[in-house]
Amino acid sequence: MTIQEYFSLVFSDYTLRTITLGTTILGAVTGMLGSFAVLRKQSLLGDAISHAALPGIAIAFLITGAKDSNTLLLGALVSGLIGTFWIRGIITKTHLKSDTALGLILSLFFGFGMLLLTFIQKQPNANQAGLDKYLFGQAATLVESDVWMMVIVTGICLFVLLLFWKEFKILLFDKDYAKTLGFNTKTIDILITSFIVLAIVLGLQTVGVVLMSAMLLAPAAAARQWTNSLATMVFLAAIFGAFSGVFGTAISASQNNLSTGPVIVLVAAVFVFISFVFSPSRGLLFKQIRFIKNRRDLQLHKTLSFMYDIAITHDNISHPHEIKILNNFQGYTKGTLKKLVEKNYVTLDGSTWSLTNEGFESALNLYNQLTKNDE
Amino acid sequence: MSHKIAVQVDDLTVAYNYKPVLWDIDLEIPEGVLMAIVGPNGAGKSTLIKSILGILKPIAGSVSIYGKSYEKQRSLVAYVPQKGSVDWDFPTTALDVVLMGTYGSLGWIKRPKQKQKKAALEALEKVGMLPFKNRQISQLSGGQQQRIFLARALVQDASIYFMDEPFQGVDATTEIAIINILKELRKAGKTVIVVHHDLQTVPEYFDWVTFLNVKKIATGPVKDIFNDDNLTKTYGINYKVSIQE
Repeated sequence: MTIQEYFSLVFSDYTLRTITLGTTILGAVTGMLGSFAVLRKQSLLGDAISHAALPGIAIAFLITGAKDSNTLLLGALVSGLIGTFWIRGIITKTHLKSDTALGLILSLFFGFGMLLLTFIQKQPNANQAGLDKYLFGQAATLVESDVWMMVIVTGICLFVLLLFWKEFKILLFDKDYAKTLGFNTKTIDILITSFIVLAIVLGLQTVGVVLMSAMLLAPAAAARQWTNSLATMVFLAAIFGAFSGVFGTAISASQNNLSTGPVIVLVAAVFVFISFVFSPSRGLLFKQIRFIKNRRDLQLHKTLSFMYDIAITHDNISHPHEIKILNNFQGYTKGTLKKLVEKNYVTLDGSTWSLTNEGFESALNLYNQLTKNDE
Repeated sequence: MSHKIAVQVDDLTVAYNYKPVLWDIDLEIPEGVLMAIVGPNGAGKSTLIKSILGILKPIAGSVSIYGKSYEKQRSLVAYVPQKGSVDWDFPTTALDVVLMGTYGSLGWIKRPKQKQKKAALEALEKVGMLPFKNRQISQLSGGQQQRIFLARALVQDASIYFMDEPFQGVDATTEIAIINILKELRKAGKTVIVVHHDLQTVPEYFDWVTFLNVKKIATGPVKDIFNDDNLTKTYGINYKVSIQE
């Protein structure tokens, strides 16, 4: 199947439509909530939570014996939440730093989860196969009820987000201040964290434990590059996430053997890369261009003001001077001299230069500006 | 000056781990003073403010604002945290930060409307930051960021203002602008409590002072108690600076 075929089939083919809808909604909701994780500097929390969810999946299977995804994800939710609150507990109750707490819980829960998975695989029970798909995810297993689940969770998320927008914003920016205003910051905090956990658990089936945190962080990190408004950032992150879902699914479906989760994550990474390089205000490219341009302007100004200082010592401002004397001065390059000639500020005659009236005027303005700023 | 007590602190003790940061503080702050809290690093100056405001939970002791608990008198109190306590790269504008000052009176869920926006713009005007209202906060200088924080507290329209080192890392122009606003607040009958580092400016800026170093060393009018004796007791070295002349 080619990409074109995919897009013509996506509306008619039931399976394809279900999977695409699922990954799109998932991308949108994780991008949205990921913005909060990124702004709270809790980028790694998502990674810890998704890994912490693994033993929950295994235990839910051991208890119920069912492979129905909702049951397993409920288990994931419970153990993800336990992991999260342990992390919080470790950070507040001990001297350990948050990276230590995250690493500790991540490896502990993941190790325990892997242990349970291998234990389950050794059981003489034909039903156990396929639990390991939660490691890297398998979008192909999405069914309509899973998509409905995502729609409901996303809807609730959106509703709560809009309702408590102001409270979320102030908590993210200045928690102590929010507290003095009388907001119960602990409640808002728990609300945000719970939603992040919920979004992660929702994505485990599609993207898997190992890569899930990228779904949370990549769209948000990309969105941050394009805007200075929180609302726009959250919105853009949702869009980037959704597009990662669509394109990731399209690419993986058209290249038969590619697994969907990693492709989605890679598409999201492309968004990040483009944003980091090409964003007008924060991107590396334009930053570099601005930097070079500023340097050139400054060099030009410095050379011009140096020439001005020499010129005013003579009666005739256009008195010719040797180019050599500019060499004492570091800002001078052949390039800047050429630019000055182009601008008609300076005329060259063999090995001498002289300031034009225009150059003198503009240097004078520059000079006045500088002395004004000093005051 | 009236003799009404704006803030009363009784037997306040605060500890982060084992070592107390504040020990048995008794403090009465009269209404209408412009008070500096001075003391060496680690003396518990910020901790004192945070405990009064309920951000930190004390081990013992109580705080009252005009005779009632802080929870009941919240609307009378405004707070300017240390500038370094937030991430200035947060995606928001100057006006938006100042609007946060209205969140307390709005309460849960309700959004700021035209009335709140007007108050925020007025506060920006007062601190001379109106031309920067739509500026992304990371693109403001340190002094401008401090003014934004001050404007956010002004919007709260409180009776008591707590400020944590508002002069730290600001340029001379901003320092003058801020102190003028603080003096205006005092003139309007407000009580202003400032954690302050620059001892040289205490007599010029403030009329009341509290010396703090884990314990309260002294509190009272600057002209009566701002002397070498109290400075030495607070800073532990033989402090010989004739500041008052």
